[in-house]
Amino acid sequence: MAVAQPTVDPARRRPSRLQRLWAGLALVFQSRVGTIGLAMVLFWVVVALISLVWTPYPPNASLFEQNLPPNGTNWLGTDHLGRDLLSRLMTGTQVILLKTRLPNGLVLPIGVAIWGVLGSLVLGTVLGLNAGYRGGWWDQTIMQVLDALIAFPRIVLYLVVIAALGQGDWVVILAITVTGAPGVARLVRSLALDIKTRDFIRAAETRGESPWYIMFVEILPNARGPLIVDAMLRVGYAIFAIGTLGFLGIGLPPPDPDWGSMVNDARRFIYANPLAVVWPSLAIASLVVGLNLFADGLREETTRYQK
Amino acid sequence: MSEPTRQPPVLTIENLAVAYRVRGGEIEAVQDVSFSIHRGESFGLVGESGCGKSTVAWAIVGFLGANGYVKRGAIRFMGRDLVGRSQEELRRLRGAQIAMVYQDPMQALNPSLRIGDQLKEVLTVHRGMSDQEATRRCIEMLERVYMPDPADVMRRYPHQISGGQQQRVVIAMALLTNPALLIMDEPTTALDVTVEAVVLDLIAELRREFDTAILYISHNLGVVARVCNRVGVMYAGELVERAPVREIFQDPRHPYTQGLMRCVPRLGQDKRSAVLYPIPGRVPPPDQRPEGCVFHPRCDHAEERCVAERPGFRPYRAEHMVRCHLAETIDPRAWTPPPDLAFPLPQAPEPNGRTGEIILEVDRLRKYYTAQGNSLRDVLGLTPKRFVQAVQEVSFQVPRGKTLGIVGESGCGKSTLVKTLIGLESATDGRAEFLGFDITVDLSQRPLEVIEELQMVFQNPDSTMNPAYTVGHQIGRPLRRFRKVQTREEEYREVVRLLEAVRLDASYYDRLPRQLSGGEKQRVGIARALASRPELILCDEPVSALDVSVQAAVLNLLLELQQRYGTTMIFIAHDLSVVRFFSDYVAVMYLGQIMEFGPAEAIYAPPYHPYTEALLSAVPIPDPDAHQRHIRLEGNVPSALSPPSGCPFHTRCPRRHLLPDNGAVCAQERPPWREPAEGHRILCHLPLETLQALEPVLEPVASASGAETSAR
Repeated sequence: MAVAQPTVDPARRRPSRLQRLWAGLALVFQSRVGTIGLAMVLFWVVVALISLVWTPYPPNASLFEQNLPPNGTNWLGTDHLGRDLLSRLMTGTQVILLKTRLPNGLVLPIGVAIWGVLGSLVLGTVLGLNAGYRGGWWDQTIMQVLDALIAFPRIVLYLVVIAALGQGDWVVILAITVTGAPGVARLVRSLALDIKTRDFIRAAETRGESPWYIMFVEILPNARGPLIVDAMLRVGYAIFAIGTLGFLGIGLPPPDPDWGSMVNDARRFIYANPLAVVWPSLAIASLVVGLNLFADGLREETTRYQK
Repeated sequence: MSEPTRQPPVLTIENLAVAYRVRGGEIEAVQDVSFSIHRGESFGLVGESGCGKSTVAWAIVGFLGANGYVKRGAIRFMGRDLVGRSQEELRRLRGAQIAMVYQDPMQALNPSLRIGDQLKEVLTVHRGMSDQEATRRCIEMLERVYMPDPADVMRRYPHQISGGQQQRVVIAMALLTNPALLIMDEPTTALDVTVEAVVLDLIAELRREFDTAILYISHNLGVVARVCNRVGVMYAGELVERAPVREIFQDPRHPYTQGLMRCVPRLGQDKRSAVLYPIPGRVPPPDQRPEGCVFHPRCDHAEERCVAERPGFRPYRAEHMVRCHLAETIDPRAWTPPPDLAFPLPQAPEPNGRTGEIILEVDRLRKYYTAQGNSLRDVLGLTPKRFVQAVQEVSFQVPRGKTLGIVGESGCGKSTLVKTLIGLESATDGRAEFLGFDITVDLSQRPLEVIEELQMVFQNPDSTMNPAYTVGHQIGRPLRRFRKVQTREEEYREVVRLLEAVRLDASYYDRLPRQLSGGEKQRVGIARALASRPELILCDEPVSALDVSVQAAVLNLLLELQQRYGTTMIFIAHDLSVVRFFSDYVAVMYLGQIMEFGPAEAIYAPPYHPYTEALLSAVPIPDPDAHQRHIRLEGNVPSALSPPSGCPFHTRCPRRHLLPDNGAVCAQERPPWREPAEGHRILCHLPLETLQALEPVLEPVASASGAETSAR
C-alpha cells in the first residue's frame, strides 16, 4: 500500500449537514414500515402547522349545539360545550408538537412532548455517561438513585411533581423529563460501557483529555444511533403521558384544547356522543404508532449491514 | 510424505463458485476453486482475510446462510454430490461424517453445560449409544488428545479449563464420531504460541493415527507448513496455486505466493540484515475484482496479457497447479524490489551522540490489582485482601532511538506494563523515570509535557479510530491539544504532512474510518501518535491484527519513522519473528516478571532462559524443512493471584531436571540474575555453563528428509 489511491476531490469539500440529513432520511425510505411511520408523523405536523393559521371555527368558542354527531358543518361533531371538535383536534396538535406556553405569557416554539423528551435526553445522557464511563462510586450512586426513581409508579411521580409545582406546560415538561431520564440513562450507560473499552478511548486518555471531553466528544457521537431511535419512541410515550395527565385533569391548563383532556371531557357524555371520545383517542394512537413505526424503520435500516 | 493413496478422494471440489445475494445484486465470494483431499491427508487453504477461505468451508457443510448459495461447480463427498441436498440430509451427514473445529473454542462449547454432557451428546444423538458406553468412549477420546485427568474434565464446565484444553475438547468432540472429513478453520489462531504448538502437534498426530482427511484453513504460512502435506493458496476468491507443501515453500510459482513468502520475517532475521517487502495494494473486495488476472494490479510481473485475459488453473508440474500466465518464466530469486519499495536498511549504530542516552529507566516496578471476591465475606471485607500481581519487580532501561521488544504469552503482564508506563494505570511500587520525570503516577497527575512525549499505537485497527470523526479531525486533535499549531490552515498542512509521513495522502483528510482498510486505519493510528512528536511510542501489538502483506508495510513504516525522527519505541508482540526483526533489545516476560533481557540477537541464541527456549521452539516456521527442536511446555500459566514460589516458571520448566534434586531450589528460592554478557541477563538457577551448553532451537536447514519432526 505504498501508493495511496488517486485523490477523489482535490478541492476538499465535505458533504454538508443538509446532505447528510437527507442521506439519513433516504435510509428511512428503504424501509416500508419507516416510510409509513414518517408519513403518519408528518401528517400531524402538517395539521399542526395548518391549525396555526386556519381552523374551520375558533376552537374555544361555543358556536353550536352541544354533543352533535358528525354532520355537514361540524365534520367530527361538537363537544359538551358546543365547540367544533375538528377545530379542537387540530389545535390540540400544537401543544404537543409546536408550542409551549410559559407562565409569563411567553410562547416557546416546539411542543411540550418534544421538550420533555429533549429534557430527559439531556439529563439521562449526562447521568448515563458519568455512570458508564467513570464507573465505581459514580456508577453505584447514580444508578441506585435512578433505580429508586424507576421503582415509583409513574402516575404517582406525575402527581407529586404537579402537586408540588402546580399546573402548567413547563411542569408537564419537567414531569416527562424526570420520568424519562432513568430509561435514557440506562441506555446511555450500557452504550458507554461498551464504547469505553475501545482503543480510541485509550488514545484520548493517553492524550490527557478530560473525562468530560471523552464522554461528550468521544463517546456520545457513537451512541447517537440507538439514542435517536430511543428518542423517537420516547416522544410517543410523552404524548401518552400528556394524554394521561389530561385525562386525569392535571395536564396542560385550559382553555386551549389538548387531546387528553378532550377524551376526559367527552368521557362523561359517552352515551350521548360516543364519537367524541374516539377522535382524540385515534389522534393520540395514530401519532404514537407513527412515531413507533418510524423508530422501528430507522433502527432496522441503521443496524442493517452496510458497505 | 503420505504415499499416494489410490482410493477415491474423501472430498472433491470442482470449479466451485459461491455467491451471496445482497442488496442490489449478488457477489461471487468464491470462484473456480478445485481441490481434493484423500484419507490421511491434510490440505491447507491459506490466504489473507477476505479471500474466501472460510466460505469454501461453509459451502462444504452447507452453512452459507440465508443469502448464500453454490452457484456453480460440485462438492463431492465420499462419491456423493453435496450440492442441492436438503438441510436435513446435510445435517445428518455433518453429524456423522464431517466435523468442524472453529477458531474460538469458547464459542464452540456451551458455557452452561458440563464438558462431559456436551461430548456424550454427540454419541448418544448421532450414534444412538447408551450413556455409559458414550462416557467410556469420551474418556478414551480425551485421553487420546492428551487431556490430563479426563474423567475429571468430563465433570467440569468449559470455563474451568484453559484455552488450549478447550480446543483439545473441541477436537476430541470432532473426532468422536470418527469423521471422514475434519474441517479446521483457524483452530489455533486464538491461542498462545506455546499452546498452539501443542495443538498443532496433536493435529499432525491425529491425522496419521485416525486416517482422517483434514481441510486446514489458516492465514499463517508457518502453521500450514507444520501440519499440512498439500497446500492451496487462495486470493480474491480464487485458488491461485496448489502444490505439495514443500514445493509451495521452496518453489512457489505464483507471484502472490512468492510475495507472501517475502513479506513475513523469518525467525532470526533482523532489521539490519533483511527487508520485508509488502505486496502493494490490498485484496480487492468481492464486487470490485479486476478483469483478467485477479492479482494483476498488485503484481510486479504483470503484462498486457494479464490485464486482458483471465489465466486458467493449469498444471505447472505434476501435482503443482498454478493460475498464472507467466508461471514458467518468473524466477523468484531474480526478483528485485520495485523502486518505491526499496527501503534503506537502517545504519547500524547511529553516529549522533544523543542516541546512547537512557530516556526510560524502570526499576523494580510493580503493579498489583486488588482481586474482587464474590462471596459475602469478600464484599464485607472479612477476607484478607488478595492481589493480582500483574507486574512484579520489572527493571530495564531504554536508550534513545532504540526499540525494546516485549514478548510473552497472554497474561504475562506485558500489556499491564505498557498501561502503567503510559499512565492508564498508576504503579503500585517501584520507580519509573522518563526524561527525568517520575511516571509512576497516572495520567491525571502527569504534566502535559510528559503526556505529549509518550504516545501509543494500538492493536485493533477497527477500534483505534473513533468512527464518528474524519481522519483529518482525529489527527488534528493532538495537534490542537498540545498546541502544536495555531491556525486551522496550519493544522491542515500539518495533518497532511503527517498523512504523507505514513504514506497516505491529502485525500484521506475527509474520509471516515469506515472507508479505510485495516492497514490504512493502523497508519492513521500511527500518524495520530506521531502528531505530538513524542520521544517514546509504545506499540501494543500494532500488526498482529493485520494481514501479512499489510503487516510488512506497517512494520516498514514504523522502521522508517523511527529512523527519520529518532523515536524510541517499546514494541509488544506475541510473534517472536516480528519482535526479533523489529527490536534492538528484547525482554521476555513470564507471570509479570522479566525472565530474560538483552540485545535481540543474544536472546535468540544460547545461552537463553528455558522459557525463551520453549517459546522459540514453539514458533511456527514457514518452511517445512526447518529443523526446530521440540520443546513443549506442559500445563498452563499459573494464576497471577498466587504465583509459584521461587522461580515463577518452575512449575512448567522443562530444564529443571538439570539441577540437582530435580530443581528443588527452583521452588524455594528466587533465582539470581545470570549475566552472560554486558547488558544480557537471565533469571535462572541454572549455571551459565549449562545454559550455554543448550542446543540451539533452530538449526540451519541441514537435511531435507525430516518432515516428521514432531515426536511425542
